[in-house]
Amino acid sequence: MRAISLIQQFAEIVLAVAIAPLFAGWIAQCRAWLQNRSAPPLTQPYRMLRKLFHKDVALAANASPLFRLAPYVLFGTMVLAAGIIPSIATDLPFARAADAIALIGLFATARVFMALAAMDIGTAFGTLGARREMMIGFLAEPALLMVLFNAFLLYGSTALPSLVDGHATHPSVIDPSVIFAAIAFVMVLLAENARIPIDNPATHLELTMIHEAMLLEYSARHLALVEWATDLKLFNYACIGFALFVPWGIAIHGADSSSALLLAVAALVAKLILAGAALALIESLSAKLRIFRAPEYLAMAFLLAVLGLLVHLLLGANVNA
Amino acid sequence: MHRSHLIAELLRLLAAGLLLISFAMLSRRRTQRLITLYAWQGAILFLSTCLVAYDAGLTELYYSAALTLLLKVITLPWILHRLIRRLGAQWDSEQLVNIPVTMLVGLALVIFAFGLAQPISMLATTITRHTIGIALAVILLSFLMMITRRKAVTQVVGFLAMENGLFFAATSATYGMPMVIELGIALDMLVGVFILGIFFFQIREQFDSLDLHHLESLRED
Repeated sequence: MRAISLIQQFAEIVLAVAIAPLFAGWIAQCRAWLQNRSAPPLTQPYRMLRKLFHKDVALAANASPLFRLAPYVLFGTMVLAAGIIPSIATDLPFARAADAIALIGLFATARVFMALAAMDIGTAFGTLGARREMMIGFLAEPALLMVLFNAFLLYGSTALPSLVDGHATHPSVIDPSVIFAAIAFVMVLLAENARIPIDNPATHLELTMIHEAMLLEYSARHLALVEWATDLKLFNYACIGFALFVPWGIAIHGADSSSALLLAVAALVAKLILAGAALALIESLSAKLRIFRAPEYLAMAFLLAVLGLLVHLLLGANVNA
Repeated sequence: MHRSHLIAELLRLLAAGLLLISFAMLSRRRTQRLITLYAWQGAILFLSTCLVAYDAGLTELYYSAALTLLLKVITLPWILHRLIRRLGAQWDSEQLVNIPVTMLVGLALVIFAFGLAQPISMLATTITRHTIGIALAVILLSFLMMITRRKAVTQVVGFLAMENGLFFAATSATYGMPMVIELGIALDMLVGVFILGIFFFQIREQFDSLDLHHLESLRED
């Protein structure tokens, strides 16, 4: 293992942890502009985190150790996920340990801990949120897997870094299956990160909230960690999307000069700015679905991903025929 | 050689878009959206026909592409929009089967169509031969839409979408039909939509709704 890959790995994780709140802030700002409100400053999430870290924790009397452990597990899994996803470079020592399927398992671990912690106190809202979250999760996961299978078929690997490498060396073929997979991925991203068609991150209305309902009992540094992990999750999903569909600019294996790394960081920031604006636009244009419509929405995502696979088998296999 | 490769790629992309729109039509509840999607389907058909015409150097295909643009993208959607505005039927269309089940049936249909088209596309020699499966899938999906919808307007849109699929199948298998037949079909469709429009008003007058299951029971008067 060379020193440069370790440096890349370290830089990637630090970058992810540092700019994830910024990405969330950028989306919030875009949404505010689109809705004709005066926007909060970009640094709002950081201020929020700072405020929360300075407060004292208020714990429910019947909270078990699991409740206190969960925020750290959540944050830890998201940081680890950020280390596996090739956001700026593909030569990552951590990424060899886990392929994209293990990555989904990592997200599932975080979700299970979150749901358990939400049910731990025993309030009605926590349980409600946890149940809804598990419902969304079990519908969204197969769709996400199918999206990944599309990419696996295209480049013949299940590891995200080699997908990016494959894309860089592959001639620029626009495979029709990619469109299906990309649409399905955006749908899953919105559902998994509690964005608008499924959940509204800005509401505390009892009947509609999913993600927020699970956090109600958390305060101070625990809440800060959970919020940060939420931002990181969104960032991670965005980076998975970049790796699968628009991997241009990521420093590929072998190109490990520092200029390539700087270029990769610049490309990542540009992609994040565009993706954030696009997400805000989608969220502003769509209305929140009733919770019983959510299975329909996610079935659609699953179906699009499967269609992508089929179209790839029908059309893509014959590229050289 | 390189140019035709690029065109084949674009055609595949357009075919995939056609399939995507068919599924979007299956999942939509609003009749208005359905008609907009129908217009988009026509637009994709126009583009793909133009591309095939350019690649094969066939001038008559340009005419049929122009006909598609005129009829399926502009005239028919306009007529249908006016019709549903006057009928006040732009809102939800009832479905017989719920949407996720319809989607899964649609998926099965796509697999069936792809399997069916595999031997046919071996025989064809056109640039678009691989998209025959998609054309077949679009036809079957439109069929499914006609079966699962209750309202008259949505069934007509399903019928028109089916014609789109047939047209696409014709261009992908054999570079389109002779001009006379194409003109005949276009005229038929236009007249069909007019007649069905009159039918809508008659049905509504008789039953106070556009729900077609009223037509299934016999009445003695």
